[in-house]
Amino acid sequence: MADTEKIIEIQVLRYRPEQDKEPVLQSFKVPFTDDMSVLQGLQYIKDFLDGTLSFRWSCRMAICGSCGMMVDGKPKLSCKTFLREYYPQGLRVDALAHLPIERDLMVSVEDFVTKLESIKPYIIPKEPRTLEQGEYLQTPQQRDMYEQFSSCINCMLCYAACPQYGLNPSFTGPGILALMHRYNADSRDGGQAERNELGYADEGYWGCTAVGYCSEVCPKGVDPANAINQNKMASAINYFTRFITPGGAEK
Amino acid sequence: MSARRPYVRSMDGWWKRDAYFISYMAREVTAVFVALYAIVLLFGVVRLSQGEAAFNGWLQYLTTPWMKVFHLIVLAVFCYHTWSWFNIMPKTMPIIFFGGKRLQPGTITGTGLVASVVACLAVLLIVRGMS
Ligand code: SF4
Ligand code: FES
Repeated sequence: MADTEKIIEIQVLRYRPEQDKEPVLQSFKVPFTDDMSVLQGLQYIKDFLDGTLSFRWSCRMAICGSCGMMVDGKPKLSCKTFLREYYPQGLRVDALAHLPIERDLMVSVEDFVTKLESIKPYIIPKEPRTLEQGEYLQTPQQRDMYEQFSSCINCMLCYAACPQYGLNPSFTGPGILALMHRYNADSRDGGQAERNELGYADEGYWGCTAVGYCSEVCPKGVDPANAINQNKMASAINYFTRFITPGGAEK
Repeated sequence: MSARRPYVRSMDGWWKRDAYFISYMAREVTAVFVALYAIVLLFGVVRLSQGEAAFNGWLQYLTTPWMKVFHLIVLAVFCYHTWSWFNIMPKTMPIIFFGGKRLQPGTITGTGLVASVVACLAVLLIVRGMS
């Protein structure tokens, strides 16, 4: 059977800093087919109904991490969410929660990128090796200790799911802490001491109260809540032992 | 001059925004009931130190209708407390391998729940045996 064209109502939270004092809802009627994503619905609006609508996207296949937004109040990748799931009642799209809106559905990524740079998101070799010594070897199990945390696509859905970040943006937040753990948990890495300073701080692992929604909304199965909370024990041990190890308290 | 004017949305009433946040807040609130019940038990210890009559009076008080209702509420709340914390427990544990296979979150939660049921039954049996 051929797809008959249906019409769905998409409400979009608009914010145009030069004219809107605060965000306002605008409603669009969009013809759609069952294979169309929410992102394609927005592209239809931009192409045919209102060219001023702003939103980010690139890959259309859930890998670039740029199309995150709130779809009916839930953080989602709009390219991975289908319009048909919201038919016939319609849907509402907002910019990702907890992040400042730059324009329409685009949020500021400044805070995320600054934090990402601060955690040294690269392997700091435990022991320098010369070319003659060959590559760093790793067993499959050693790889499994970090692999899921390396799947992060920096989409920030977890930030939109984290009330602690919304209440206090100085909290490093789920995605970045998961990436920090990704490097710390790598058997080839020796940068833990440098990164732990951030991880063990109040804004680090301890800013998390185990709400757990970040792991629920993550489109890549990273499970940031696990990355964060499994470090609290080590952090607590570090907190108490630095008083009994010589010179530890100055750190 | 920059035309940027980033808009920060209010967090007022954030916990009502999503059913997930409501269940999280419910989990946090159960801690209040745990504290309340600790006070009830602590009171029993104080009465115990005041002699047999005082302690029996406290026991008697626990069987009044209002205290029975209170106990039923506390029981329901404690069940949710137990379930919700064991539910989040896999998130607090490092990745564990068991015979080459990764320990699944469901196994961790299930083990915790079974352990708490066994512990409750054991305590009940011990108390029964004593009285
Ligand atoms: S942890 Fe998941 S939700 Fe958070 S930024 Fe990475 S991929 Fe997105
Ligand atoms: S457009 Fe790349 S993740 Fe959606």
